[in-house]
Parts: sequence; C-alpha cells; structure tokens
Amino acid sequence: MKWARMFAIAFLLTLSMVCLLANFVAPAPFAHQFRDVPDAAPSHQHPLGTDELGRDRFSRVLYGTRVSLLLAPAAALLSSLLAVLIGGMAGFTGGWLERLVMAGTDLFLSLPWLFLLITVRALLPLNVSPITSVVITFALLGFLGWAGAARVICADAGALSKSDFVLLARASGSSGWRLLWHHLVPNLKPVLYAQFWISVPVFILTEANLGILGLGVAEPLPSWGSLLRELESFPSVSAQPWRFVPLVLFIVVVSTFHLVLTKEELPA
Amino acid sequence: MKKHIAFLALLIAAACSASAAAQTSSELRFCLHSEPKTFNPLLVEDDSSETIRYLTGGVLLRQNRLTQELEPELAASWKVTDGGKTISFQLRKDVHFSDGTLFSADDVAYTMQQLMDPNLHSPTGDPFRSSEGKVQTRVLAKDRVTVTFPAPIAGLQQLFDQVAIMSALSPQKEMAVLGPYYVAENRAGSYLLLKRNPHYWKHDSAGRPLPYIDSIHIDIQQNRDMELLRFVRGEIDFVNTVDAEHFDRVMTENSALAHDAGVSLDSEEMWFNQVPTSPLPDYKKAWFTSTNFRRAISEAINREDLARIAFRTRARPAVGPVSPANKFWFNAKLQAHPFDQKSAVERLAQDGFRLQNGILRDRDGHAVEFSIITNAGNKYRESMATMIQQDLSGIGIKLNVVTLDFPSLIERMTRTFDYEACLLGLVNDDLDPNSQMNVWLSSSENHQWNPSQKTPATAWEAEVDKLMRAQASTLDRKKRKEYFDKVQEIAWEQEPFIYLVNKNALSAVSPHLQNAHPVVLRPQVYWNIDQLALTTNNNNSEVAKDR
Repeated sequence: MKWARMFAIAFLLTLSMVCLLANFVAPAPFAHQFRDVPDAAPSHQHPLGTDELGRDRFSRVLYGTRVSLLLAPAAALLSSLLAVLIGGMAGFTGGWLERLVMAGTDLFLSLPWLFLLITVRALLPLNVSPITSVVITFALLGFLGWAGAARVICADAGALSKSDFVLLARASGSSGWRLLWHHLVPNLKPVLYAQFWISVPVFILTEANLGILGLGVAEPLPSWGSLLRELESFPSVSAQPWRFVPLVLFIVVVSTFHLVLTKEELPA
Repeated sequence: MKKHIAFLALLIAAACSASAAAQTSSELRFCLHSEPKTFNPLLVEDDSSETIRYLTGGVLLRQNRLTQELEPELAASWKVTDGGKTISFQLRKDVHFSDGTLFSADDVAYTMQQLMDPNLHSPTGDPFRSSEGKVQTRVLAKDRVTVTFPAPIAGLQQLFDQVAIMSALSPQKEMAVLGPYYVAENRAGSYLLLKRNPHYWKHDSAGRPLPYIDSIHIDIQQNRDMELLRFVRGEIDFVNTVDAEHFDRVMTENSALAHDAGVSLDSEEMWFNQVPTSPLPDYKKAWFTSTNFRRAISEAINREDLARIAFRTRARPAVGPVSPANKFWFNAKLQAHPFDQKSAVERLAQDGFRLQNGILRDRDGHAVEFSIITNAGNKYRESMATMIQQDLSGIGIKLNVVTLDFPSLIERMTRTFDYEACLLGLVNDDLDPNSQMNVWLSSSENHQWNPSQKTPATAWEAEVDKLMRAQASTLDRKKRKEYFDKVQEIAWEQEPFIYLVNKNALSAVSPHLQNAHPVVLRPQVYWNIDQLALTTNNNNSEVAKDR
C-alpha cells in the first residue's frame, strides 16, 4: 500500500499548494455576488457555475478547501498537544492522578460535542470578522477534541513507564523531566502521529457538520460545511452534477488523510 | 388446481370490490408537520391544532379568505351595538352537532363562558380581554344571543372567526363539532382521520349536502422534502405552504401543480437595537437611534435583488408593516424604499458620516461596522443577510453576519439585548391592526427595537402610541383606517423596522382537487374545505408524465 500512501501525500500536497495559491488561481473573489447569473451552469467565466447568490463556485471551493486544509491540521495539532500533555502526564505519573485525569476525560467524552460547540459559539462576541470566526471555530474544535487522544496516549504512556528500558533508565539515575523527554516522548511519537492524522479528518467533518447547521464559518467566507449545504435539496441538485464537486473533493480529502498512515500506524 | 383457481378468483373479486369502494368514497390526503397538541378549540396555539379547528370547528362568523370580508356562518346575522361593547347574534335553526345534539344559543353562551374563564387561559380568548370586568352573555331565545363586554373592542366581529362553538350538552364535549368534519381516529404521531360530519348544515346551490369529500387522512410528516416527494408521487393531494426552492421543484415536475397566490401577509425585516441600557458602545447607540442612519441603511439595500435572488422571484419588496395582501388596511400611498446608494451616502453625510478610502466613518472617526444576527438554518434569511452584507459594503459599511441557534437569538433579543441588528420574519395571520398593538405600543414587550418603555423614547413613538390607541377605541372603520394609515406613514419615515420583502403564498395542489383556489390567507389551500372535491385518485407524477 506504499503507492497509495505516496499518492495520498502527493494529492494533499498538490491540493494544498493550489489552495494556497487561490488568490492567483481563482477566477473571481469568493464573496463577489454576480447577481445577474445566480445558479449558473459551468462556463468559461465560472468553471463550476455559480451558487444561488451568484458567487463563483470554483473560487469558493478553492478558498473553502484552503480554510479546512490549513485550520483542521492546526486544530489537530492543538488537540494532540493537549492530549500528550494531559494523557502523557497522567499515564507517566499513574496512581490517583491518572485515575482523576481519566475520570475527567471520560466526563469530557460523555459531553454532547455538537451541542457544546453550539453553546460555546453562541457565547462568543458577535462583532468578529469572518476570518476570526473561522479561527475561533477551529480553535474550539482543538480545545474540545483532545479527550479521545488523551486516553490512548495515557494508556501508552502508562505501559511505557513500566517497560524494561524505562526501568533501566530509572536504574541509571534518570528521573522526572529527563526521563519523560528523552525516553518516553520519543516512544510516544508514533501514537501521537497517528492521533494527529486521525484528528484532521474528524475536525474537517465536525466543521462541515456545524456548517450544514448554519453554525460554522461566518459568511461570506466559504468552508466545506457551507459548500455542502448546497446539497440539502438533493432532487434539484441531481440535475446539476457539477454541484457535487465540493462533496467529491470532501470525500477524497477525508479518505486521503487515512491513507497517509501506514498499516502499522493505524490504531487497532 | 380447481381450489387454487377458486381462491385466485376470490382474491380478484375482493380486490375489485376494494377498488370500487375506493372510487366511490373520496378521501383527501395531506400532511401536518407535527401532531396537534389539543382538540379543544379554545386552547389552540400551534399550527396543527389550528388546522384541526378550521376543519372541524363551526363558527358564528367566518372571514372569507378570498374576499377578506366577514360572512355569516352559524349566525344568520349579527349586530354590534352599545359603542362596540355588545354584539348580538341571530342563529341558524335546525343545526346539529356531529353527534346529533341540537345547536342553540345555550351553546354560544357556554362557549363564551369557557372562552373567558380565567382558569382555562384560552389563547383564543385573549383578544377579547381588552379591559377588566366580566363578559355577560344573555340568551334571549333559542336562536338569539347577546354578548356584552366591559369595554368596546374595535373589530369585535372579526374575532369570532377563531371561536369554534362547543356543545353545552353533548357527552362528547369538544369532540362534538359543528364544522364540515369530525375527528374519527387519531393515531398519535402517525395520522389523523377526519370524517364527514353527517349533520353539517350547509348545502350547495343544487341542494346537495356539503362537504363533497367523505374523509380527510392527515399524515404527520415532519420532513418537508418527504412531504413534497409524497406529493409528487401522488400520495397526498396538496402541500399547503411551500417555500420558494420547493416551489421551483414542483414547477419543474409539472407547472400545473404549483400555485402562486401572490404576495402574502408574511414579511421579513431587520432592525437595530435601540435599547438605551444595552451593552453597546455609546457611538453605536447614536448611530442606531438616528433616523438618517436607518433610512440610509434601508436605501442601501437592494430589495428587488433580495426578492429576485434569495426568494427566486417569489417575493416582493416590502413597503411597511402591512403587506399589500391586506386589501383594506394597506396604505396604498406608500411605496417600497428604492435602492439608492447615492442618496444613502447623502443622508449619512447629514449626520457627519464620511467615506474615507472606501470605509464609512462617523464624525468621531469610528469605522462603521456592525453585526446582524439571524437564526441558523433559515436559508432565506442567511442569503438575505449575505446579500445585505455586499450591498452595505457599497457604502463603506462592514457587516458581520452571525447565525445563532434560536434560543441564543431570543436570549440576546429579549433578555441581554446584546446585539446590534437582527434579521427575522413576521408571520401575520390577522388582517386587523389590533393584532399589531403588541408590536407598535412603546410599552409592549414585542416593541423589538426598544421594548417595554415606561414613557415613549421619541416623539414619533408617542405619536404612534396615540394613533394605535385611537384606532383601537373607535368603531368607525374609516376612521380606524385613517389612524392606521398614519401609523404606516410614520413607520415608513422612521424605519424602526426596515421591511425587506413580503413573501408570496406558495402551495402545491393536485389537479384532481377540484374547486381549489389557493389564497394568501391561512389556510391557503383548504380555506373552502366544504367546497373541495376530488376526481379519480390518479398519481400526480403520472400527470407530470402526461404533460
């Protein structure tokens, strides 16, 4: 499956590059409403047609993909760091601290995520720009998404702290920070790496869920969530197959993130 | 083998007889989006219960949804006297409830007593409670009754359109009805079956008893997409209200199924928060309380585009608090505010605003930026807000669109007042201006831009208060119209609500439903339920194929 992994990496890199260059590639500003041609079919001027407000769909797909591809990994990085901090410390320390942290993690996992996100979002200040709103949305995802990964890392850190090489390190005088940083963290890297790559598509999906509910990224900034809302009325969409492009791209990207991981790195 | 043939023949015969039965007894089918919360006509609050009340309830007077005029029903005639405090009804004779109980003036007295019972908390009774005091009902004869209220009520007779008469004697209580149908079966959350009232009093011009349709099967279907799909398949006979997008889908299937009755009473509007105690900075409060600022925003919005794009041409630019669909009360002298960004900038300049490098700034140099909240999930409002965002950018204003879940929106609107502008819609069922008292009186909680004022905050609000009270306290319809016209003019001038569009009344009706003439007032399709008839139960999709 090495070729699949290579393909996935190449695809994600190419897509990221294209999206980063959206300012040059996009045929029109993503927010501009060409009000004379709403719901237009693909044309030379609008390769994927226009949405119902007359905005160029191709430009919106490019900018929307850029938002998700930049911010979902950032949110995943944030949640992975929180997970390693909380789960790693709990697993390494063990005892009552581990039990307390894991009880807290279980409580966090039992919270209804979507409702929590909606509630927290409703408490935010109203007068923020769309860019700030999208950063806040993904930051929220990162801050609220660490619990699952923390459990895995805690279990791994707990097992590692009881392993022979850690015993040997302890016997040779290593302790505290040095033991954690030089012996434990390097051995946690594969699981951290896997958790990071698994989190990225999860955050992309969560933002899309919020967007479909109309609670995602603020207008006029596009995101996959707002782009997929166009598909709500399937019968009218089915006559315009070009409107499925954001969905196809979304599926391909989310699947590709899973292909990036090797078989060994995938969680059991 | 013989046995098998005989069995097959029996099956075919049974199928044929069932088919014949289906053809002889007509059944109307449609969907409600939730199950009715009550069958008591005096406790109706939700749309589904209102539907059942309309189909089953007999009223003394009925507002004709087509002509918008009041017509006699169970009352053969009526008279308002005593300066609007008293209404007398002459009742029809030989009318029976669905269970056969005779209808008389005692039933009217019983219904009024129930309606005004403070322990019942009837929402239908609220408009009758204009002042403290007891409502007296006098039964003068079996067919004559007089109701006297403690104070005059403007438009009193119109209120009886909602009052379904209940039986004082029937053991079936509220299930005994005087309307064209009665509830025969109720499967909670699944369906309702209404059957033709055998004692219904109306006959057609040929002397045939009404209604024509034998039964009504109402399915509970929350999903509007599914409802439309079922309509297209021919499983239901109509969809009472359709939004613009679904309407286009029906048009694509078969234009003969889609009915646009024209502009409705419903409006979409935005307003600025003018609450003095709101947590907004003072300079923003100054913007929002300025008439020039509100008028400029109004002129900078392209309403034609909102109607054409967001509502796919199925809406019209709104003029003011009354839709042109309200034939009598609409002030025809008023026109929708034109889209004129040059005039908007000039108005803003009068208040010291100036454009600098494409950014509008107030006289203290603050860049003009504000947020508008609306409810998440409402595609049309989100589209309108996004379009307004682009329109306002044309005069250098930065608008941030914020979609919130409904409880959060209401919390900000009514409790914390932590918002700057809001975009919402108003569903209006009542033609009479009295129904808007709770919006226009400055002391009202629903005076959204600045609710529950102890004394009117502005001179024009004091004037509106005076005019609304004046129209509510006179019985002269012409005089009332003059007062309310003036209210509309002030609302047009001051724009505390910036009215954006009036949506069209859209519905989908099977060609097999005869005598259906969808109108703009609720219930759009089945307002003349006792006149509706069904031809053969063909599939709507087959009609589409035939086209």
